[in-house]
Amino acid sequence: MTSEQGPYLFLTLLGVAALLFALTPLALAWLWARVFSPAKPGLDKNSIYECGLESKGDAWVPFRSEYYLYAIIFLVLDVETLFLMPFAVSFSGLSTGAVLAMLVFLLLLVEGLVWAWGKGVLNWK
Amino acid sequence: MAETLDQLFVLAKHALVDSTPAAWRPWVSSILSIAAMIMAFATLFALTTILERKGLGRIQNRLGPNRVGPFGLLQPLADGVKSLTKEDLVPRSADRVLHFLAPLVLVIPVFLALAVVPVGRNMVAVDLDAGILFFFAVGAATELSVFMAGWSSRNKYSVLGAMRAVSQMISYEIPLILSALPVVMITGSLSTVQIVERQAVFTGLLPSWNVLTPWGLAAFLLFLIAGTAEANRCPFDLPEGESEIIAGYYTEYSGFKFALFFLGEYIGLFAMSGLAITLFLGGWSAPLAALAFIPGYVWFFGKLLALIFLFIWVRGTLPRLRMDQLMNFAWKFMLPMSLMTILSAGAWHLMSPTPGVPLSSAEAVTHSAGGTIARWLVCGFLVAAPYILLGRYLTEGRNVGPRTYRYAD
Repeated sequence: MTSEQGPYLFLTLLGVAALLFALTPLALAWLWARVFSPAKPGLDKNSIYECGLESKGDAWVPFRSEYYLYAIIFLVLDVETLFLMPFAVSFSGLSTGAVLAMLVFLLLLVEGLVWAWGKGVLNWK
Repeated sequence: MAETLDQLFVLAKHALVDSTPAAWRPWVSSILSIAAMIMAFATLFALTTILERKGLGRIQNRLGPNRVGPFGLLQPLADGVKSLTKEDLVPRSADRVLHFLAPLVLVIPVFLALAVVPVGRNMVAVDLDAGILFFFAVGAATELSVFMAGWSSRNKYSVLGAMRAVSQMISYEIPLILSALPVVMITGSLSTVQIVERQAVFTGLLPSWNVLTPWGLAAFLLFLIAGTAEANRCPFDLPEGESEIIAGYYTEYSGFKFALFFLGEYIGLFAMSGLAITLFLGGWSAPLAALAFIPGYVWFFGKLLALIFLFIWVRGTLPRLRMDQLMNFAWKFMLPMSLMTILSAGAWHLMSPTPGVPLSSAEAVTHSAGGTIARWLVCGFLVAAPYILLGRYLTEGRNVGPRTYRYAD
């Protein structure tokens, strides 16, 4: 079903269609609210929902540093999967030597994971 | 006759496109595909909401919605009207722009991800050469949306949900992509269409679906678990646990924005299940050669509904995980196991009778029985041994055993 322009015309149109699919009911709901049920904002009504209690302190708190350790390991492994994709595509045509070379690459990354594991970084606290 | 039925929608589309001037054809073709896609999956979404509520109801020994229309089938319509007429509340302290954008950022990528899933022979919206890569690339945008929603609400529960969601989704992203890699290795292509076509041939009586191999079965289960976690569904629904953090990142959403989150989550689930079907369950191909006369799209949507039923069943059965269990499971079990499926798939390929050439059905038949058994044993060992060893290691020193229930007399 791909047209001559390549897939990009389709993907752009699909993105626009999905946006309209989401925006149309939002616009309808906005119109309904304008005509039939005008908003009556209030101090309590528009406060944040914390089970009816008055909220104390700000919710925008910094992340704990453990999150960043996970993020770094994720980044390494995510880039690894990106490198593995072209390897996987050409895998059936590769020689045994090339596959072994890729295994070495994989083992280096697994070593990193094992190291992080041994360090206790992967223990969620 | 069966051929025409199978290609009914393709032929109808071609007839419609050919009746327009040549300059319009790419546009007409795209718009027709988009309309069909959005209509089909939006209907499926409506159907799934009612199925889920009824299924969960039955599992929990109650009836589920049965008042609106016959058997409660018009319930999604009533829900839609309700969410359209509800007031759209935005908290005072929220970041209004991000709060508005978050549901949109969820809905657009999930539809884009669906575009590469083939629903029938010649029935794929776009056949990208790097379809799998495209799927994961746009699929990752849902993480952004969830975090935007949680952070912009400026609610403690929402921020907690957003933090949980981010750590959960990045943890399960890697096993998800890695468990799709064995299929890419064996097929030698990132195109979803070619992946399905390779599985749509029969070896004797059995189809050559990837799930019917040792590495395929392991990767399918890993993919399904990681997919459940990516879709934030039970038992991985920590970011939106109602009983813990009051719906988490969408606590502050009401009206149709809430409905959009609901929609985006289900469409994302369909996309994930659709990709699981494409990669492992043979896409639109029939399970038996004798059943190949039934159109491909019937098989695809049948398999999709079966997977949805499985998800509902899991949701009704399993309790929610704890955060440390969730993270440990991702990094210490899913990740090593998905790496092992890659090794197993590599061994499967190297032990094939003709290494260097993707195995087709004809070669599998002529392959000697002894070689086949050795291949199964080696590849099975490569996934079973780490499964047992890791399981032993991770549960060591813990008091784990079958759960015992005590019922009130």
